[in-house]
Parts: sequence; C-alpha cells; structure tokens
Amino acid sequence: MAHDTSYTDQKFNVVGTRVKRPDGVDKVTGRARYGADASAPGQLVGLILRSPHAHARIKKIDTARAEKLKGVKAVVTSADMPDLNVGNRDLFAVLENCMARDRALYDGHAVAAVAAVDMNTAKQALKLIKVSYEKLPHVTDVDEAMKPDAPIIQDWVFTVGVEPTPKKPSNVSMRSEFGHGDVEAGFAQADVVIEKSYKTEQTHQGYIEPHACLASLGPDGQGELWVTTQGHFVFRNTCAALLGLEVSRLKVTSSEIGGGFGGKTHVWMEPVALVLSRKANRPVKVVMSRDEVFRASGPTCSTSIDVKIGATRDGKITAASAELRYQDGPYPAIWGMLGAMTSYACYDLKNVKTVGYDVLVNRPKVAAYRAPSAPMAAFAVESTVDLVAAELGMDPVDFRILNAAKEGTRASYGPTYGPIGIGPTLEAVKNHPHMRAKLKKNQGRGMACGFWFNFGGQTCTDLNVGIDGSVTLTVGTIDVGGSRAALGLIAAEELGIPYDMVKTNVADTASLGHNDMTEGSRGTFSSGMAAIFAARETIEVLRQRAAVMLDVPVEAIEWKEGQAVATGLEHSNLAPLTLKEIAAKSPTTGGPIAGHNEVVADNAGVSFASHICDVEVDPETGATRVIRYTVVQDAGKAIHPDYVEGQFQGGAAQGIGWALNEEYIYGKDGCLQNAGFLDYRIPVCSDLPFIDTQILEIPNPNHPYGVRGVGETSIVPPLAAIGNAVSNAVGVRLNHVPMSPPRILKALEEAANS
Amino acid sequence: MSGVLVSTTINGDAVEFACPQNETLLNSLRDRVGLTGVKEGCGTGDCGACSITLDGRLVCSCLVLSAEANGREIGTVEGIAQGDKLHPLQEKFIEHAALQCGICTPGFLVAAKSLLERNPNPSEEEIRYGLAGNLCRCTGYDKIVRAVQAAAKEMRKK
Repeated sequence: MAHDTSYTDQKFNVVGTRVKRPDGVDKVTGRARYGADASAPGQLVGLILRSPHAHARIKKIDTARAEKLKGVKAVVTSADMPDLNVGNRDLFAVLENCMARDRALYDGHAVAAVAAVDMNTAKQALKLIKVSYEKLPHVTDVDEAMKPDAPIIQDWVFTVGVEPTPKKPSNVSMRSEFGHGDVEAGFAQADVVIEKSYKTEQTHQGYIEPHACLASLGPDGQGELWVTTQGHFVFRNTCAALLGLEVSRLKVTSSEIGGGFGGKTHVWMEPVALVLSRKANRPVKVVMSRDEVFRASGPTCSTSIDVKIGATRDGKITAASAELRYQDGPYPAIWGMLGAMTSYACYDLKNVKTVGYDVLVNRPKVAAYRAPSAPMAAFAVESTVDLVAAELGMDPVDFRILNAAKEGTRASYGPTYGPIGIGPTLEAVKNHPHMRAKLKKNQGRGMACGFWFNFGGQTCTDLNVGIDGSVTLTVGTIDVGGSRAALGLIAAEELGIPYDMVKTNVADTASLGHNDMTEGSRGTFSSGMAAIFAARETIEVLRQRAAVMLDVPVEAIEWKEGQAVATGLEHSNLAPLTLKEIAAKSPTTGGPIAGHNEVVADNAGVSFASHICDVEVDPETGATRVIRYTVVQDAGKAIHPDYVEGQFQGGAAQGIGWALNEEYIYGKDGCLQNAGFLDYRIPVCSDLPFIDTQILEIPNPNHPYGVRGVGETSIVPPLAAIGNAVSNAVGVRLNHVPMSPPRILKALEEAANS
Repeated sequence: MSGVLVSTTINGDAVEFACPQNETLLNSLRDRVGLTGVKEGCGTGDCGACSITLDGRLVCSCLVLSAEANGREIGTVEGIAQGDKLHPLQEKFIEHAALQCGICTPGFLVAAKSLLERNPNPSEEEIRYGLAGNLCRCTGYDKIVRAVQAAAKEMRKK
C-alpha cells in the first residue's frame, strides 16, 4: 500500500535497536520495588471489610468491639469519608465505590476498614465489625438490567441521549449513536444480509500484582502515598479531592507496577488507606488479596450485541448496523459508547449506524481493559463479516480488503482517516506463509481485524545533563512494559549520543508537572514526543554554551551527532565540542543544562491489527487449543521492537484466554463464584504456542518519529479470530464468549441434532 | 497467638526469625527477612509468583507455613546471582525481553532454574509444562520460553 515513503524512510541511529532495559537487573534480582514492597516506620496493616451481598441496604455498622480490640488503631466507615464535593456525581461515584454508604451495590463492595498493628489483629478486628444488611433485589445480566421491571440500581440515573429526557430513573445510563448514510436504503441494495446476536462474558485484566499501597497522612494535611498505579498524578488529584487535601501536599510515588492493562487507572482502596492513616496518625499499608482484586477491582464489561451486515454479490458492504449493550457495574460510564465507536472502524462504509447502551448492574465498577470495549464489538462484527463472506462464497481476507478503510475514509465514529494500517495488515496476512500452512483433522484457521483509537494527553518531561555528560530523562508516565528503554532510545536519538548515556526515570508527583494516566497506549507515544521536544530545547542550550566556549555567535553552532560544530570557513580550525566537554564546563558557562517540555500530545494515531489463528477442537470434549498464532500490526514506528512484539504477544494471549476460558461466573445470589486464579483460569505457558509477530510501520504524521501507540490493539482481534477458526474447524458458529468446552460441546451437539 | 522461632538457611546464609504460628513462609520472607523479591500474586498456590526452593524442591511459599521451614534450606530469587555475576537465566531474561512488568519474573527464574537443574536440555514442550505453574499476564510466554531455551543452551556449554 502506498504511503509517504520519504517519511517512512526516516533514518535512525539508535531508535529501532533492541537495547537492554534500565530496570532489567533490578527486576531479575528481586530488587525492584512494587506496590507491596515498601514499608515505613510504625507501619500498620490495613484491611477492608466487603459486602457478601450483591445488593443490600446497610442498616447499621457497629464498630465498637473492633475499636476496643488491643492493637487496633483505626476503624473507618463511610462516616469518616464524607462527600466533600457535593453535586459532583463523578467524584461521588468514586468515593462511594471506595466505601459504600447506605447501600452495598455489589458482592465485594467495601463497607468498612481497619488498621492494626499486625495482620492477625487486623483480621480479628474485621470479624468484630457487625454490619446489619437488608438484602435488596439485584440484577447482574446486562439484558435483564435493561428490562422495565429490573431493580433500579441508582435512582439518580436517568438515561442520557434520548429525547424527551426520561422522567423515571433507569439502569440504562446512556444511549449513544454513531454512523452516517442511510442504513435502511443500504440494506435494501444488499444481495445478502446477515443478522446475528452475540454475548461476551465479563473478564478481568488479571495483572499478577494485586492493588497495593502504603499511605501516610498526618493531621497537618500533608501526606505521601506509595502505590502501584498507571497514573500517580491522577491518583494524587483524585485522593486530594476526596479527602479535602491540597494537591501539592500529597506526594504520590508510583512503585514498579506489576501489570495494569487499564485496571490500575482507578483508585480503589487508596483513599481508604489515606483515611485510615490520618485517623491512626501512622503509615498504613493496604494490599488486596486476589479474591478482593476479582470481586472489587477493575473487570471489563459483559456484553450483548446484535449485528446486521448487508453486501452485494460482488462483495461490497452496502450497510452495517449494530446495537451494543455493555454493563458498567453500578456507575455510569462510557464503555457501551466506546463499543459503538469502535465496531466498524476497520471498514469503509457508505451506510453505517451503531447504537451503544451503557447499563448499570450489581457487579463491580468496570475499569478499562486494554482497548476497552473494542474486543467484544470486534467479536460480533468480525464473526458476522466472516458469515457474510461465506454466504458470498468469497475469501474472508479478500472480502475484508475490498471493504477496508483507507486514507480519506470517513470513519464510522466520525473523523476522516489519515494514513492508516488496516489495508497493509490485511495484505500482509494474505501473503503470510501462515495462511498457506496445511491443517489437519479438527483443525481450522480464522482471521480477524481490530482497531483502537490510541490516546495522547497531558505530558510533562524533563531532561537534565549531568556534569559528566550523562543524561537523565525524567518522565511522569509509568513504565509497565519497557517504556523506559524506549524513551531512553528516543532521547539518545535526538541528542545524537549512545543509548547508554541516557537513564530514564519515572518521577514522583512532587518532582514533575502533571501527567495524565498512562492509558490509551500513550506512554511511549506521548512521553516520547515530550522527550523529543525536551531534547531539542536542551540542544539549544548546548549550542549557546558551545558558542560561549568557542567564542563564536550561536548562529554559527550546529548540533551534529552529539557534538557542537562551528560552521563557516572562519571557524574551520575549531574542533567540535562533545556533549561531555560542554557539560564539564557548564558551571562556568551558565549553570545546569536542561530541557523541559509540557504538551498535550494529541493525534495519537489510530492503530489497526489483523490476526491469524489456527485451532484444534477436540470433538469429544469441546476443548480448543490454539496451535498457531500470528499478529500483524501497524506500530507507526517501533522504537524498541522487542517490547513492541511483547505488546503484540501479550495482547493476543489475553485475547486467547478471553476467547476460550475466562469469565466471571455469578450465582443466582448475585455473588461471584470464581474469584481466584484456580477457577478463573488465565492461559498458562503450556496452553499457548509461540506467537509470531509482524510489525508494520506506517508512520503517524502527528509524531516526529511516526510513533503510534502499540499496547492495546492486539487484544481486539483474538476473540473473533478464534471464533472464526473454531467455526472453520468443526462447522459450528459460536456466538458466546468464552468458547469454553461446555459451550462448544453444546454447539456441536445442537449441530449434530439439527 | 504464641509465636515460633524458625532457624533456616536462606540463600546459603543462616537466618533466624520469630513469627506467629499461622504465618506463611511467603509473609515471613517478605515482612520479617526482607526478601521482597518473593512476590504474592494470589496466596493460594495458583500463580507461582512466590516460588522458592525448599531443600531444593520447587514450592509456592504461600502454601508453606514458616514453622515448616525450620532446619531447612530456602532458595529465593535474591540468591540466584553469584555476587555481581548474573545467572545465565537472568542474563537471557533481560536480553530476550522476557519480562514486561516483571512481577512474575522472580517466580519464573526460580522455577526455570529448578527445571534446568533437573533437565538441562528440555524441549519446548518440557519448558512449557515445566513453567505451567507460573502465571505471566504480560508476555504471552513467547519470550520467556525463548529466554529459557537460550539460557539452557548457554549453560550446557559450560
């Protein structure tokens, strides 16, 4: 596919090489400190009491016996966490999710907390807290929650996005619609129309490190929080607002983070830890158990989706529509909206309409999970796309190529695309040897496409040159998968120095300006952009210092390959000055040498991927094994190819788990039945094959190096790719994820009986 | 609850600590001995992040009571490097980008070292099943398996 080759062919010295990460030795020796690895003098153990009911009125909480227990230093309920932002529904929802008030809204909702001198005392204290509940009717299924007679979860929620504004509260918090053209006219032109409904179950991000923090807050309103988070600046702002603190008086340090995938973009028990600490006037460490992680933090939505696609005999899609119902847990969110936005983003459609519904249920508050909302929509759409292609007798890759979005396409969610990678990833799939490999009995091959927006956001970065010429790059986005190495490469590239001369650090909130959450695949994109601009500012300072040292006008100094070079014939006798030489003289030429950048890194550059998957289905048991997997994705520019491949592989593996195994299982009582890694089974090493990757580089014109975010898109296609592969293996179309052995077996039996 | 005194050898050094009877070895190692390289991912023996060796046998330290470790030898991630020399597995994990967030890495290294001690030349399948008790959510295991293969090859040269 054609794209701007001059731009593509940017020459790099260190960018694109596979260097060692700066935190490598710390992480292979056990030295790296994560959320639960910090301690403070006089530290207490904090524990949280959680609701055993899906929905219940909290009539009374009696903490007297717990408070009297020797060694208990603080007991906290919602009475200790008043709403200081009256009228701000968003902040109230965060506060109420951290600590239930008059009602527990899901199994696992926090209702009280204790801080005690040790774990045994804290556990004993939890048992001494008596909560009187009155059980209320609950609803956990998204379609059930939309029915008119469903129990209302929030009486202050009235459906947004419908006319006229409803007078009765509803579990449907928002209706959102996207698209263009006339879908009815489009379906009328179609020779083939396929309509199908799908369901996907709720999954958890499954980071191996549970939420953990060490909070210290004094009666003077000053505090510190050490926490595993995807955004310590945002955590600071949120905690300060909830607790009535000044932002500047709360220093938040992000620990090493043991996985997040979106689940560590929200505060959960951190404000509670701060309140416990303030009340006890001692540091308090709170570490969630795995049970708490599953019951009370971050899963993604379960969904129910209807798709309709029409096409002509020659393979052109004439119209496409979808209705997407996503549950958000007990608080309004935008996950259904994002599903509606992403569903058809891969295609060039004249007539398209998607309607998303955000729905409240008695499940934990939903958090982002890697390209949030897109995998479920892609499962529904890409499964249907395969069905349409089959009905037309067309090759599914050719059918997608024929209908793929390209530069200039008006996306189904509104904007017009610049240079994009969907076409090239599809061409790469078509030409990949994987597509021609032979399959055996009960094996099948499927492919699917995926899209993610990618985000930019507020970013602040410092670059300081040391007296020895080594460079400290200080960023405020957290490093969850090797971004410090990538950012070091970028700074080295821009300055023209070896990678080893740059050390990248993640600063705490007292040491750098605000940075938004590290989400939307923005870490390397936005901090990379800020690092480039900070390095360019540094080069200006270096040129000025060189001019002083060489006694020539600054205009005569050029920065070339890490050196200040005086240009012009009259200066030809002057030797270039290296960064080291300029740094050594800095105390007498104007002081420290540094560059800074503050930017809102917009235009992150949309991302597309196409995946190929081979599965083998055991017709006796319904068990499905992925036997070969290939990821093709556009990275814009791969700064550190190892970690780009790692993102592709990790996303695919999470998608495979989602497609085949993982699901939240709720009982009739609305309680989660599998809140542990034994019963919520994520893929293990023996479940997976090697995951092949192919990195395409279609530069993002809005980034100096062409970078697009790479972290998320890889989880979008797997559900559909596996569904299509299963269908091709055993001739049954699964419309319910996960495609667990019982579901596949049931589908096989139904097919055999019909 | 009365405590117990535990005398062990950890990474070759004699270590004594006192703890409650019901304390897991994982918590004692982390909170009393200061070996926070031993990670807790689940506390139920499902994730392998707390993998250690007990008298040379690979175990989840969250499933062992500290009292059971009395008189026994414990090996943790902190004991894998020899002085300033990294173990080939540690070298290869860094070289092959076999870690992203790194929280599972200590457990994987302990488990992989134990595997290679038992089987210096494992097939891909033997590596995959040998490490099936350790969960990684970031990498899809691809680069971990490659790093273990590369380390095994390196170690066989010696």
